[in-house]
Amino acid sequence: MSAGPSRVALFGATSDIAVAYGRRCAEAGARLVLVGRDPAGLVASADDLRVRGAAAVEILHADFADLAGLPAVAEAAWAAFGGLDLALVAYGALPDQATLEADPAALAETLELNFVSPAVLADRLAARFEAARAGTIAVITSVAGDRGRRSNYGYGAAKGGCQRFLEGLRHRLAAAGVTVLDIRPGFVATKMTAHLPRGGPLWATPDRVAADIARAVARRKAVLYTPWFWGFIMMIVRALPRPLFHRTRF
Amino acid sequence: MTGSAVFASWGNRLRIAHPVLRPATRDGAAAMVAGGPPGGLLAHGNGRSYGDVALNPGGALIAMRRLDRFIAFDPETGLLTCEAGVTLAEILAVLARPAADGSGWLLPVMPGTRFVTVGGAIANDVHGKNAHREGSFGRHVEAIELARSDAGRLVCTRTENAGLFAATLGGLGLTGLILSATLRLRRVAGLALETEDIRFDTLADFFRLDAESADGWEYTAAWVDCLARGPRLGRGLYSRARHAAGVAAPPPARAPRFSVPVTPPVSAVNGASLSAFNALYLRRLGSRRSRRAVRPYGPVLFPLDALGRWNRLYGPKGFFQFQAVVPPQAAEAATAELFAAIAASGQGSMLVVLKRFGAIASEGLLSFPMPGTSLALDFPDRGASTRALLARLEAIVMAAGGRLYPAKDETMARASFEAGYPAHAAFRAHIDPAFSSAFARRVGLLGDTVR
Ligand SMILES: Cc1cc2nc3c(=O)[nH]c(=O)nc-3n(C[C@H](O)[C@H](O)[C@H](O)COP(=O)(O)OP(=O)(O)OC[C@H]3O[C@@H](n4cnc5c(N)ncnc54)[C@H](O)[C@@H]3O)c2cc1C
Ligand SMILES: NC(=O)c1ccc[n+]([C@@H]2O[C@H](COP(=O)([O-])OP(=O)(O)OC[C@H]3O[C@@H](n4cnc5c(N)ncnc54)[C@H](OP(=O)(O)O)[C@@H]3O)[C@@H](O)[C@H]2O)c1
Repeated sequence: MSAGPSRVALFGATSDIAVAYGRRCAEAGARLVLVGRDPAGLVASADDLRVRGAAAVEILHADFADLAGLPAVAEAAWAAFGGLDLALVAYGALPDQATLEADPAALAETLELNFVSPAVLADRLAARFEAARAGTIAVITSVAGDRGRRSNYGYGAAKGGCQRFLEGLRHRLAAAGVTVLDIRPGFVATKMTAHLPRGGPLWATPDRVAADIARAVARRKAVLYTPWFWGFIMMIVRALPRPLFHRTRF
Repeated sequence: MTGSAVFASWGNRLRIAHPVLRPATRDGAAAMVAGGPPGGLLAHGNGRSYGDVALNPGGALIAMRRLDRFIAFDPETGLLTCEAGVTLAEILAVLARPAADGSGWLLPVMPGTRFVTVGGAIANDVHGKNAHREGSFGRHVEAIELARSDAGRLVCTRTENAGLFAATLGGLGLTGLILSATLRLRRVAGLALETEDIRFDTLADFFRLDAESADGWEYTAAWVDCLARGPRLGRGLYSRARHAAGVAAPPPARAPRFSVPVTPPVSAVNGASLSAFNALYLRRLGSRRSRRAVRPYGPVLFPLDALGRWNRLYGPKGFFQFQAVVPPQAAEAATAELFAAIAASGQGSMLVVLKRFGAIASEGLLSFPMPGTSLALDFPDRGASTRALLARLEAIVMAAGGRLYPAKDETMARASFEAGYPAHAAFRAHIDPAFSSAFARRVGLLGDTVR
C-alpha cells in the first residue's frame, strides 16, 4: 500500500466507515488517535488496529453533541502525536424524518450534531493545520446534502450546511496548502442504515467507501462522491426542474 | 439489529429465508445467545458450506461477519486471537506479509478457499492439502471463547472445559456461539511454494506417487479424470508443493478480481463443457510427464478463489458436492469402486480432489478427517439420477468403513452419520439447548422439530 497519512485522528472512530478507513491507515503503519464515546468499542478497535500494523493507537473519549467540549477535544487529538496529517470527521446520526417533524428538540439536536458540531470541530482543527501549513481535514457529509428532499431534509440540511462550511474553509486554507475534503457517500451498509432494506447496486460496503477516501486523500481531492456514480445521480437530482421534482417521493 | 434475509447453501440448492441477528460486538452476540429466541439459533459464517450445516429453517441465524476484529497477535510465538467472523483471507492479508528474507507467518491449515471465517473453520474442523502433515484446523486452535445459552461465556481449552473444547472443534455450530479464538500461526522459511505437477495413468500410480511424496512434500492432492473409462480409468494429475526457503510471496487478494455476476438460466457445467475441461486439464503439461515451478501459494492452494461466486455457473438448480474418506486398508479398492460408479453413471465431475489424510488424529468429536484417502466431487443437480449416484457412492464409502463430510453434504442417511461418527452419542451431551440446524435435525442429532 502506498504511504498514506502517518498521523491520523478519527473523530467518531467507531463509525463503520471510520473503522474501515482506519484499518487501511493501520496497515500502512500509521499512528492513530481514536475519538469517540463508546469506551469498549474504542478499545476493541484499538486492539484491531494494532494487530493490523498501526505504529501507535491512542484513545480519547468525547461526546460530540457537547459543543462546548469540542475545542478541548481538537487540542487533545492534535497533541496526541504532536500534530496530525489527517483528521477524519465521521460521526453523525440519521433520525427518521417523521420524528424530526414531530419533535422540535430532536430537529435541533440533529442540526447540531450533523452540522454545528462538525463545523466547530473542523474550525478548531483548521487553526492548527493552517499553522502547520500541511495536512488534510476530511469530513463525511452526504449526498443527502445536495438537495433538500421530503424524506430526509432535516439530516440533509445539516449535511448541506456542512458542505457549504467546508467550501468556505477550503477557500481559506488553500493558501496554507491544507486540503479540505468533503466526502459524500451514497448508501452505505453500516450501523446507521441497519434498519433499512439493503442490497442492490446502489449500496456500497464501508470498505469500498474507505478505499475511495484513501484515494481522494492521496490525490488531494476537494469533493468526493463515493461510489463515483453518485456524482452523476446527484447531478440529475439537482437539475430536476421543481415541478418534476415535486412529483417524486424519495 | 434483526431482520430477515435469504441464506443459500454454497451448492445453491437450498435458499431459505431466516430471521437474522447481526451482532456487532462480542458482548452483543453473547447477549443474543443468553436471550436465545424460541425457535433456535445457529451461527452462520461466510456461507461456504455446500449443504445444510449452516442453515436453520424454522429458527434464526446469527450472521457472524461483523465480528471481524483482531484482538492480539504475538510476533514471538505466532499466537493470534481474533473474533470468529474474521476470514482466513483477512488473516493472510494482515499477518502473512513476507519479511525481507522471504519468510513469514502463515496459517498452518488452509482449506481450498480462503473466504471462510475462523468460526466456520473451527465448526467444520477444516483440512487443507497439508492434512497429512499438519492435521486439521482444530489442532492449531489453542482457545475458544464460547457463548452458551445455559452457561454464559466460557473459555474452552485443552485443559479448561476440555470436553466442550473437543466437542466444539468440528461441532457444526451446535455447541454454542464461538465469539473469538486463539490460533497458533506457523512460521515458514519462504512464503512461496515450489510446486510440481505430475501426470499419472492409473490409481495404483497415484497411490505410489503419494506414498513417495509423503515425506518431502507438505501439500499434496490429485485431480482425476472422471470421464475416463476402461483402461484409462484412474488417470489424472498429481500436484505437490513445499515452501521454498528464502522466496517471498505476497498474500492473495482479499477479494476475487472477477466474479460471476448473475446465475445463468441453465448450468454452464454440462456434458460438453466437462469433456472439454477434462481434455484441456489433462493436457496442461503438454507432452511432458511433469512440470516444476516456484509460485505464490494463493493460486496453488486456492485455485477456485480466482473467480468470485463461481458456484453460480451451475445454474438455478445448483449442484451437490460429495466428499468422503475411507480408511487406509480399504482405500485403493474403495477409490477404484467410487470412480467406476461415477464413470458408469455418466455424470462426471469437474472438480475432483483425491487426497490422503495422515495419521494425525483430529481431536473434535465430530471432526471429519481421519487416516485414509479422501475424495471430493461436484455434481450438477440432474434430479433422481444424481441422487441415485450419491446414494451409490455413500454405500461404497460406508461399506469400506468410511465417513462423509457434513460441510459438503445434503443427503447422507442418519445411519451413515451414526456409523461414520461413533462419538455422536457423546457429542449430544454438549449441544447447546438453544441451538439447532437443518443438518442436525436431518441426521437425528436433534429431534426433527426446532426446539
Ligand atoms: C471452494 C471451496 C473449497 C473448499 N475446500 C475445503 C477444503 O479443502 N477443506 C475443508 O475442510 N473444507 C473445504 N471447504 C468447505 C469450507 O471450508 C467449510 O464449509 C467452512 O466451514 C466454511 O466456513 P464459513 O465461514 O463459510 O462457515 P459457514 O459455511 O457459514 O458455516 C459452517 C458451520 O460453521 C458454523 N459456524 C460458523 N461460525 C460459527 C461461530 N462463530 N460459532 C459457532 N459455529 C459457527 C455454522 O453454524 C456451520 O455449522 C471448501 C468450500 C469451498 C466453497
Ligand atoms: N451509512 C450511510 O449510508 C451514509 C451515507 C452518507 C453519509 N453517511 C455519513 O457517514 C458518517 C459515518 O456514518 P456510518 O455510516 O459509518 O454510520 P455509523 O457506523 O452509525 O457511525 C456513526 C458514528 O457516529 C457516532 N456518534 C453519533 N453521535 C455521537 C455523539 N454524540 N458523540 C460521539 N459519537 C457519536 C456513533 O458512535 P457510537 O458508535 O458510539 O454509536 C457512530 O460511531 C456519518 O457522518 C454519516 O452521516 C453515512
